[in-house]
Amino acid sequence: MTPPATAAELPPVLAEIREDFLALPERDRPQLLLEFSRELPELPDRFKFAPGLLERVEECQSPVRAFAEVADDNTVHLYATAPLEAPTTRGFASILVQGIAGLSPHQVLAIPDDYPSWLGLDRAISPLRLRGMAGILSRTKRQVREQISA
Amino acid sequence: MTAPIDSDARIQEYAHPERLVTTQWLAQHLGDEGIVVVESDEDVLLYETGHIPGAVKIDWHTDLNDPEIREYIDGDQFAELLSSKGISKDTTIVLYGDKNNWWAAYAAWVFTIYGHEDVRLLDGGRGKWIAEGRELTTDVPAPTPGTYPVATRDDVTFRIFKDDVQKHIGSGPLVDIRSFPEYTGERLHIPDYPEEGVLRGGHIPTARNVPWATAVAEDGTYKPRAELEAIYQAGGLGLTNDDAIVTYCRIGERSSHTWFALHFLLGLDNVKNYDGSWTEWGNAVRVPIVKGEEAGALV
Repeated sequence: MTPPATAAELPPVLAEIREDFLALPERDRPQLLLEFSRELPELPDRFKFAPGLLERVEECQSPVRAFAEVADDNTVHLYATAPLEAPTTRGFASILVQGIAGLSPHQVLAIPDDYPSWLGLDRAISPLRLRGMAGILSRTKRQVREQISA
Repeated sequence: MTAPIDSDARIQEYAHPERLVTTQWLAQHLGDEGIVVVESDEDVLLYETGHIPGAVKIDWHTDLNDPEIREYIDGDQFAELLSSKGISKDTTIVLYGDKNNWWAAYAAWVFTIYGHEDVRLLDGGRGKWIAEGRELTTDVPAPTPGTYPVATRDDVTFRIFKDDVQKHIGSGPLVDIRSFPEYTGERLHIPDYPEEGVLRGGHIPTARNVPWATAVAEDGTYKPRAELEAIYQAGGLGLTNDDAIVTYCRIGERSSHTWFALHFLLGLDNVKNYDGSWTEWGNAVRVPIVKGEEAGALV
């Protein structure tokens, strides 16, 4: 599976999110990330009460837990949780949760690993924080790979 | 104008009670003329989710660091930054932040090497303020610009660079304030921060390990003076006022937290923070390291 070479080949929601960030002046982009952080959905009860199902993402600076699930209809859904006092991490998780919802496993695996750096946040958010988002993405892909090969 | 000193009994016991304020003191003095509250966090978006009313934000990464070299901004930029936050040379700055004030203490250290006289930490930081149910706002203040003069950074009194740390080995104490697995070299990073890893794990020869958290109580406030003395002075590391002490961690922020305790709370005069810290030392060519639990010696 070759990752898309251009933004035009991104899954539609991730492409749209990228366009929304790039349409803003650089100084306003963190505000949009903050809005995403507020939109991170609550975990479904089956994960809320079984936190062991969610894998700790060690790459993130704040405790974030995420779990990608390939449903019976062959669509992927990402579930993630991060504390309110870590809005940057919540924002990144929320972008991926929204951008991945309903994609096929192959579409998920084709998301570029460096997608976080496509959002134009490099100067507002330090690179090491962006790597945390890349960490969530790479774990998501591994979990998807494990489930489709199972 | 200098703001009054917190009269809290525990604060009064410290060597420099003028450097730490309780949440109660701050609540009483919010909005006083001559005081500017500054939030400095690890999470760049946290201030925007709600902050202490009237507080301005300074980001350690984007505001205090030069974008091109690993160094702080210069004296002109520092003056411009502080002026833009409504701070003048005689302003009382009260710093607070997330993660037990790690980045707030770091900012306090940077402000100190730039010679700002009245820098205070909010004891317990953002976490304690919120735990007590105190007011937060998302209103961002538009401060009247201050008149900060061009600042001169003192890189000698409280700061030390790699070459001088190397000379320091064997002549004075080194306090490594990272977690124990980082100190022994078992881990190259603290659990949540793998992206700031280095080539080699371990510690600077002769350094003793006292993790930063040892200095704080459960609510994030600094422990009372007698307890800090038991950790760092008699009964603990044995540090005295005759010692030239060097603190370090991974990038210099957690060690600022301990630097603050040693210098301002215990009154030890000669304490330098090595901001290059393990990310520099562990990657540098021709510098010795020690792995394992023993402090080690210079060979």
